[in-house]
Amino acid sequence: MAEQTVSRTVVIPNQQGLHARPADQFVKLANQFSAQIEIQRETLTVNGKSILDLLTLAAEQGTELILHATGDDATEASEALAALVESFAEHDLEGEEDA
Amino acid sequence: MKFADFIGANAIKPELESSDKESVIRELTAGLVASGSIAEENVESIIKAIMKREELGSTGIGRGIAVPHTKHPSVDKLVGTVGVSREGVEFASLDGEPVHLFFLLVSPPDRPGDHLRALENISRQLRDDMFCKFLKQSKTNEDIAQLLEEADNNQFGS
Repeated sequence: MAEQTVSRTVVIPNQQGLHARPADQFVKLANQFSAQIEIQRETLTVNGKSILDLLTLAAEQGTELILHATGDDATEASEALAALVESFAEHDLEGEEDA
Repeated sequence: MKFADFIGANAIKPELESSDKESVIRELTAGLVASGSIAEENVESIIKAIMKREELGSTGIGRGIAVPHTKHPSVDKLVGTVGVSREGVEFASLDGEPVHLFFLLVSPPDRPGDHLRALENISRQLRDDMFCKFLKQSKTNEDIAQLLEEADNNQFGS
């Protein structure tokens, strides 16, 4: 079967942006899939399974990111990761204290 | 954002002596007092807030690196310091390894963008193996200050 790449756009929903804790959550979930995960912000593309890479995106609230998943479980990975990013909105409701 | 924007040379800790999480945070925070970045009277409150953040998940992000941080209303701009531990500190890191390189940040509560840009700078430089190697080998404040200046001048990383 040919390698498939699934790409989808997500927008960072929470006030604090993609800081250390959500980046950690993202990397942990990404590593549960065999698919290669890349995240693109404009011309910069980084490894979605590396927390250092994610933090170099400096993605604030409202930043548009494109998730590229390549591999057998690309569709599942893409859906799960997009749902996770959407769920960051709930951090604001929790009255998130840290950064 | 550059290192020079948030790390004062007097705050740098080239020879950390602590071996546990709270002690090393205390040592790094003392650096921020020495550089005048935070007031002595706020130290305990800042340490408590940083430790509370660590309970939500360690900021030891792997590869021997940690970025302990908090927001605190007593600062009106983002301040930070860098510390190096030769022995390594048990920090409950994501990869379980001891931490040798620390970047500690304290930021005003209403400036999430500045915090993200400081993390961007730190993580971009730390992705470069040469930068990490030179930082670990640094023995004095001057060594580290010079290394950070070279990094600010784009001599490392991408």
